[in-house]
Amino acid sequence: MADQFYGYLRPDGSAGSRNYVAIVPSVVCANEVVEAIANQVMNCRPLLHHQGCCQLPPDLERVTDTLISLACHPNAGAVLVVSLGCEGTDVDRLLEAVAATGKPYDIVRIQEIGGMANAIADGIKKAQRLSMEISGLQRQPFDLTHFVMGIKCGGSDATSGLASNCAIGYVADKVVDQGGTVVFGEVTEFIGAEHILARRARTPEVGQKILKIVEDMENRAKSLGCDMRKGQPTPGNIAGGLTTIEEKSLGAIMKSGSRPIEGVLDYAEMARGKGLWIKETPGREIEILTGMAAAGAQCITFSTGRGAPQGFPILPVIKICGNPNTYEHMINDMDLNAGLIIKGEKSIQQVGEELYAKLLRTLSGEQCKGESIYYSKSMDIYCMGPVI
Amino acid sequence: MNERKLAVQVNPEDNVASIFAQVSAGDTVEVMARDGSIDPIPVHEDIPYGHKVALRDIAVGETVRKYGESIGIATKEIKRGDYVHVHNLDSARARGDWKE
Repeated sequence: MADQFYGYLRPDGSAGSRNYVAIVPSVVCANEVVEAIANQVMNCRPLLHHQGCCQLPPDLERVTDTLISLACHPNAGAVLVVSLGCEGTDVDRLLEAVAATGKPYDIVRIQEIGGMANAIADGIKKAQRLSMEISGLQRQPFDLTHFVMGIKCGGSDATSGLASNCAIGYVADKVVDQGGTVVFGEVTEFIGAEHILARRARTPEVGQKILKIVEDMENRAKSLGCDMRKGQPTPGNIAGGLTTIEEKSLGAIMKSGSRPIEGVLDYAEMARGKGLWIKETPGREIEILTGMAAAGAQCITFSTGRGAPQGFPILPVIKICGNPNTYEHMINDMDLNAGLIIKGEKSIQQVGEELYAKLLRTLSGEQCKGESIYYSKSMDIYCMGPVI
Repeated sequence: MNERKLAVQVNPEDNVASIFAQVSAGDTVEVMARDGSIDPIPVHEDIPYGHKVALRDIAVGETVRKYGESIGIATKEIKRGDYVHVHNLDSARARGDWKE
């Protein structure tokens, strides 16, 4: 029988693992109003970012596209857009996309309504109405064809590639086999391992695309004329025993499991199909978790060795720790102990099954540790060009 | 404490292994291969948890292998039992500092 989770049915047929009012600033300047509203009204989540003005057109388009994907995310039961009025993002296009999902939404316009205080008051009233409107929705069963899993490793050490990433890889294969979608990224951490990923591509064209995005990322890093080390691998990776980007990458790709790679998604793009996909993202948490959320991921499984604390505003992030010492030391942040693989006390399969069970419970509402203490305000949108 | 000092050779082609214990110079680490066989190696230096030991002699310029793949190039003569890290192993990728 197909495995199931209990989620919230959205008007567009998608399934949310959470039921929030997402409050979306059209531009960085609206963040303060968004925070004030989110602090006041129950069940609201702010999607704070630092973009949306004085950027080149391709980046402004990317910011709009990303905000659209986030606003259309199934965990956003309702959406409140907060617009300044003179932003570079396309607020009309954002509103049209949200309206097309059929979910309740509203907008606050800061300049039009006469400034911050008026906008906050207006936003609180609108958010309250949206929050109450979706508050009675009940969970119902879904199979995993309704599930998109994001995967990520952060704060890696030498245990990551041998324990926690392998457990995530085991779960990634299970989700794909159940008809679900799995998205992984961190293109920087393909450097030195891209030939292995390219061999797993569904078509030669996808294989070429994988090699191309890695080449582009490597050339961006090289263009500054220095050794990338300390940027990647990070000082924490190096202290944890990872000497080179190649070593880090070879461990990082373990979390993608073994299934064929169907294609490469743009940073802002929603998942286009079932199976395993690559998302074009850098390695840094605040941008990659946004990319995963933009894909529509209702949960992210996140491997760490050093103890990375990151979460995301509208979705749960499950922490699985490969280092048994870190797990004990940061027990209030770590959900699962893959360090038992390193100690020889459990197999990858055993820990993988534990992670899979935790995943289904989490999709159905059980909290993760980081989520329970509300780590949810550090996010940003990955842009390519300069601020001008 | 007389705990076993275990290291893992991920792939039979690897010339380094990651140690999952705090190791002091003179200790012997038990390097476990994928088939479960154990190769005891006396280490010459203190090696922190998670860091690597050389399984055989590696010449300057030789490829260092883990997961059966290249993880970079040896920049110094490395002896079996030596600590392998940033002081004797360099990445060969994203080297903007290298003149073509």
